[in-house]
Amino acid sequence: MSETTPLRLEVKSVSKRYPSVVANDDVNLLVAPGEIHAVLGENGAGKSTLMKIIYGAVKPDTGEVLFNGKPTHVRNPQEARALGISMVFQHFSLFETVTVAENIWLGLDKSFTLDAVRQKAAQKAKEYGLDVEVDRPVHSLSVGERQRVEIVRALLTDPKVLILDEPTSVLTPQAVRVLFVTLRKLAATGCSILYISHKLDEIRELCTNCTVLRGGKVTGHVDPRDESNASLSRLMIGAEPPKLQHREVNTGAVGMTVHGLSIRAEDQFGVTLDNIAFAVRAGEIVGVAGVSGNGQQELLAALSGESVRAPSGSIKLFGNDISRRNPRVRRAGGLHFVPEERLGRGAVPTMALAANTLLSRAADVVGKGALGWVSPKATASLAGVIIKDFNVKAGGPDAAAKSLSGGNLQKFIVGREIGAKPKVLIVAQPTWGVDVGAAAQIRGALLKLRDEGCALLVVSEELDELFEICDRMHVIAKGRLSPSVKTSEATVEKIGEWMSGLWQTPGVIAAAAQQATGAQHA
Amino acid sequence: MLKLEARPQPSKFWGIGSPLLALVFTVIIGVAIFMLMGKDPVKGLLVFFWEPIKSGYALSELAVKATPLAIIALGLAVCFRSNVWNIGAEGQFVLGAITAGGVALLADASTGPWIIPLILLAGVLGGMFWAAIAALLRDRFNANEILVTLMLVYVADLVLSYLVYGPWKDPNGFNFPQTKTFEKATQIPKLFAGTRINIGLLIALFGVAGMWIYMFRTYGGFQLQVGGLAPAAARYAGFSSRRALWTALLVSGGAAGLAGALEVAGPIGQLTPYVPAGYGFAAIIVAFVGRLNPIGIVFSAILMSMFYIGGELAQSRLGLPKSLTGVFQGLLLFTLLACDTLIAYRVVWKSGSIKSGAK
Ligand SMILES: Nc1ncnc2c1ncn2[C@@H]1O[C@H](COP(=O)(O)OP(=O)(O)OP(=O)(O)O)[C@@H](O)[C@H]1O
Ligand SMILES: [Mg+2]
Repeated sequence: MSETTPLRLEVKSVSKRYPSVVANDDVNLLVAPGEIHAVLGENGAGKSTLMKIIYGAVKPDTGEVLFNGKPTHVRNPQEARALGISMVFQHFSLFETVTVAENIWLGLDKSFTLDAVRQKAAQKAKEYGLDVEVDRPVHSLSVGERQRVEIVRALLTDPKVLILDEPTSVLTPQAVRVLFVTLRKLAATGCSILYISHKLDEIRELCTNCTVLRGGKVTGHVDPRDESNASLSRLMIGAEPPKLQHREVNTGAVGMTVHGLSIRAEDQFGVTLDNIAFAVRAGEIVGVAGVSGNGQQELLAALSGESVRAPSGSIKLFGNDISRRNPRVRRAGGLHFVPEERLGRGAVPTMALAANTLLSRAADVVGKGALGWVSPKATASLAGVIIKDFNVKAGGPDAAAKSLSGGNLQKFIVGREIGAKPKVLIVAQPTWGVDVGAAAQIRGALLKLRDEGCALLVVSEELDELFEICDRMHVIAKGRLSPSVKTSEATVEKIGEWMSGLWQTPGVIAAAAQQATGAQHA
Repeated sequence: MLKLEARPQPSKFWGIGSPLLALVFTVIIGVAIFMLMGKDPVKGLLVFFWEPIKSGYALSELAVKATPLAIIALGLAVCFRSNVWNIGAEGQFVLGAITAGGVALLADASTGPWIIPLILLAGVLGGMFWAAIAALLRDRFNANEILVTLMLVYVADLVLSYLVYGPWKDPNGFNFPQTKTFEKATQIPKLFAGTRINIGLLIALFGVAGMWIYMFRTYGGFQLQVGGLAPAAARYAGFSSRRALWTALLVSGGAAGLAGALEVAGPIGQLTPYVPAGYGFAAIIVAFVGRLNPIGIVFSAILMSMFYIGGELAQSRLGLPKSLTGVFQGLLLFTLLACDTLIAYRVVWKSGSIKSGAK
């Protein structure tokens, strides 16, 4: 960092206190032009808060931010964007009811026409290899697709500082590869990138500098290229994540069977489910891999009961047909569900954690009787138990769901469903956004549940995770589900191949393989 | 230049402060209106804010008008919290008045006080029926409940006119468009002699407690709120949005119908074309100024009632048009919506460029 080129960004002793915690405590951060700088820390360490301060979305109590060597008081995101600071939020900030292009347009200066923005966005998306259809309404997008939209939106303004708050949490490995190429290109042009992720491999591969936060304080500076996952993890949580205990599978009765599940897409943007069939037995974890937007959303909605368009007889829970029953009936039968969106679906953002237990745990806290008496004491104590069992960092049962850091809310929701002692548990993206310690804890809890005889279905885009915890795996592609393969017999290559829908018969796979080699020669 | 700047978190202070600030602005604009009309603003303010509370009797009149406003607003608050937009409480009020009036007309000199519960029940059912039409159209055909409930207000008014100009007209009433005066037995029992306060006030107070308990202490109320705050979370939990729609409309319609019954069998005592006094619309303002909170609604209902009484007094004492009531009510809602901006934004002073923010 020479004297001649000023730092692109300098954060000087910034502090931010919330009623229950000090989210940032005298934080300093130096970022040079063209640097890819990681901000690492456990859930609730204050990473998002710091980024929001830089972006003007949160006002610090004390301290200042220097941009290109000059003190600036960015008071809101518009001002930040005007300065050339772009941000991809951990919780997406897209309007559901309008299209992708309109969303991007809304966030830009008024000088562009919508059509120009459409074209520019489509072109940027293509240039960076991010698959985004600009004319789709946002509500029809899966979280992975939304994440891609957010990234394109941030790139569109040709930023000088790009803040990415867990941009890869729901991207597939291939998409991550492409993103990294893009980011390196961008950095080469002098754009500084602030990169937050709980995936330590990514940080070691991509970033050239790393600031570690813990409990709101800066606890270290390292060059991640010189570190190992274990050493980074020690810096971050003070320990290495515990090793998972894998026991022999000991399957019991069939918990859930799905047979002939075909559902036509609700609109032109949905995915039609085509004759899906599988079974999950007590005592096993079955994974569903696949690139998001291939029917996961539709499948999960049909299984959870949020959509009741499944043909009758197609979904059975312990032999009972539940294909047309609502989620409460399914829950009463022992089926619990962790949805992929935490805020707004898994939890009501403005309500307290205590009240949020009522979404799925009413059976445990609501009094008998027609009125259904809700005792604040009962909900608070249930929330307290979840908070304690899953180490959720929160102000307490009265904290609003939206005041939790992303990973902590995920822990709360997963904890809420596991705590219900389900007989069948369906989990979408179980460790989205949680730190390495908590991820190990959640995976451990899922394995423990399995050993206790629960039937689990895990839908995730993270192959590593599926390989780590599943006993068998399916792949979903274009609304069709592959046969299952034992994890011990599966390889990343094979699953990757299946993700493009090629599993039908050995002949087809062979042909595809031939094609692939043919393409290589060409 | 004044600019709005988004707050990181919504301000709790302004959640309560905003209605009070709105009241201040309403008063200031009111003063300006009095001055423009060549009246003494002090007198004008006294008429609106002092006369209605200066004596026991004045207070009782204040309560008489606040009662229907509060009852309707409580129902509407349940409805609005569920994200269902019933803006036709006026129509449900009128229909409740009609059905209650119909029962009251059945009474004769020998009827006992047992008729009163029937009158009230008829009012509730009438209001519910009117709201149920909107619920059905929304449920079946996805018709917008805002439009349907609003349109039904005019239908209800016409039904009332038809009845009082036609089949229910008092044969001994010199051809005035009104029913005969209801029998004594149908009179809603008074609470205090010498005033017009009746048991409607008790019903309203029970309603306040009832709504609070229902919304904040029961699973049913919780489900409605989740449906309003986060529809996806309601779907995830398995709370039926259809049930929420029906509950919200039936509760608010029933409350409005009850208020209608209390009015016709109480202070009015017969059906006339003047039964619709705008309470149903004013109650929308009451609900919002009261922050959709039962306790808040008590205060805002009293405030709104002051505007009603003030408007009448302004007419008789100052020779101002009675429509001043509506002007004040509208001003209050208008300034409230403006002041609510402060919950999510703060006002900052800044000069043109973006970088020159002072601390
Ligand atoms: N609006 C808020 N009100 C109260 N507390 C808050 C608010 N926002 C954040 N916090 C608290 O501040 C702390 C830091 O939160 P932050 O979101 O910055 O964490 P993080 O490092 O991004 O964690 P994660 O990895 O889980 O996303 C947490 O304890 C959180 O509960
Ligand atoms: Mg975060």
